[in-house]
Amino acid sequence: MTKPDVIEARFAGSLGEFDLDVAFRAPMRGITAIFGPSGCGKTTILRCVAGLRHLSGALRVGDQVWQDDSERVFRKPYHRSVGYVFQEASLFPHLSVRRNLLYGAQRRGQAQARPVLGFDDVVDLLGMAGMVERAPGDLSGGERQRVAIGRALLSQPRLLLMDEPLAGLDQGAKEEILPYLEVLHERLSVPILYVSHDIREVARLADTMIVLSGGKSVCSGSIHEVLERMDLDLGDDLYETGVVLRARVADQDAALRVTRLDHHGQEIVIPAADFRPGDEVRLRIRARDVALATARPESISVRNIFSGTVERVVEDPETAFAEVLVGIGGGRLRARVTREAVEDLALDVGTPVFALVKSITFDRPAPGVSRSIRKASESLLS
Amino acid sequence: MLNAAEIWSPIRLTLELATCSTLLLMLLGTPVAWWLARSNVRWKEVIAAVVALPLVLPPTVLGFYLLIALGPGGPGGWLAGLAGGRSLAFSFEGIVLGSVVYSFPFVVQPIRNAFEAFGDRPLEAAATLGATPWDAFWTVAMPLARPGLVTGAVLGFAHTIGEFGVVLMIGGSIPGETRVLSIAIYEYVETLQWAQAHALAGGLLVFSFGVILSMMLLQRRSRRARTR
Repeated sequence: MTKPDVIEARFAGSLGEFDLDVAFRAPMRGITAIFGPSGCGKTTILRCVAGLRHLSGALRVGDQVWQDDSERVFRKPYHRSVGYVFQEASLFPHLSVRRNLLYGAQRRGQAQARPVLGFDDVVDLLGMAGMVERAPGDLSGGERQRVAIGRALLSQPRLLLMDEPLAGLDQGAKEEILPYLEVLHERLSVPILYVSHDIREVARLADTMIVLSGGKSVCSGSIHEVLERMDLDLGDDLYETGVVLRARVADQDAALRVTRLDHHGQEIVIPAADFRPGDEVRLRIRARDVALATARPESISVRNIFSGTVERVVEDPETAFAEVLVGIGGGRLRARVTREAVEDLALDVGTPVFALVKSITFDRPAPGVSRSIRKASESLLS
Repeated sequence: MLNAAEIWSPIRLTLELATCSTLLLMLLGTPVAWWLARSNVRWKEVIAAVVALPLVLPPTVLGFYLLIALGPGGPGGWLAGLAGGRSLAFSFEGIVLGSVVYSFPFVVQPIRNAFEAFGDRPLEAAATLGATPWDAFWTVAMPLARPGLVTGAVLGFAHTIGEFGVVLMIGGSIPGETRVLSIAIYEYVETLQWAQAHALAGGLLVFSFGVILSMMLLQRRSRRARTR
């Protein structure tokens, strides 16, 4: 029954304050985020996958069984082909950056006749050319974490595990690393299990999402499906609630300096970015940046107006606000509006509406070192 | 009159004793320190207490039990029997064994602290990079514990050089065999040979100061390397 291209995991055990009892499937491609508040067992799951911790259960990675307690199978961590990036870089302080990078490669990378990832490729991919001969102690926090990622990649893992790799870094270092993670995502076929409690990181990187709460997996699915679900409490950061859309570049308008995208027949305009026609662009639209109207507004500076249909309305009786899910054909938007507005506009399931999007965040391809390094850019196009 | 041969004999013997003891101490102390640092068994502190016992036990008490153990009726006598001897007491091998027991805590403690200081993380990182525990011990744990290993070796060496009570109990004062520095000094003073006593005692004073100073400098350097 097991498919060769999925990771199937089931772990149960006591963690002191609460019991962990999770079962999930993740595809053997792309980034799967394990998302949940601090202390809900995310890190423990990752440690179980790596074999650093043994809770009862089972784990299959593709066609390999790494753990099956009913068959008394438990592979030691050094017999599992994983790369593990810890929250703190955890480089070996007594070795140079080069020897840190080669530590896993020498032990595991050479086992393969032809390594998928060469030393120079990884150094280039993570922008580490200037660091190789230095000592880990001389690097900044962001640089150290890049070396840790490179070290994990060079051991040629079947599966890359990342435990909040950005949580210990300041905002500047986070912004420095995120583009590299996006490049990995784009260019490498290694599947990544990515633990995070930051919905912004997850919305920016993940393809698949597993939501955890109190040691249980609450739901899982594609990032689009999960972010569209309004019954989930995705942390306390209400302002970051939103959805992820994928649109294709239609054309560039050199005169007005804008890029036009196509999302299932509806046009989206963003400030000119160095995309080529046909490129897929990942857009993040927050609920608080979406306003609703029942008639198409004329003479308005907001450029991005979607026509759609209300699919769901959830009012929060404790506050002034309600959330509205709007189907826009091939995707959905979430809009955060006042309950008063819901009443005035008579918003209900099936109501045709226009969604006015005030701000879109997307990843901009940056010129320079590597063409595919992207910087997040928030567009407030009015 | 200073007799050069008479002065140099205990110095050479003491250096031989300290070198042999330190080698044995590192060979035995490192795995014990590793076990004490990494094991989760509940009774490990009992073993730690046994290892630390020579810190508080009077050397004469330790020497008394060692004398019995090394003598013809003890395991030391049986060991000597294998080599055609009768007893390990009053022999160079005997005082090496005695020094190892007596200096054991001075070697184990700093090495154990060093193994505990870096925690599980570097070893976990090594394991996820495909290193077996044996591989990770040599390529990660030992290099990271180097300051502790050096401290342990220096302390073991210096402590063995200053050894008196235990050696007196189990080794006596056989020139060229068990008559080490501190015993020689004691005998020179007893027999009012002040010049010889001064030469040896002064030498030991300078040596001890050098050891303590170099250890402090070493610790400061490794602390600075860690905070960088």
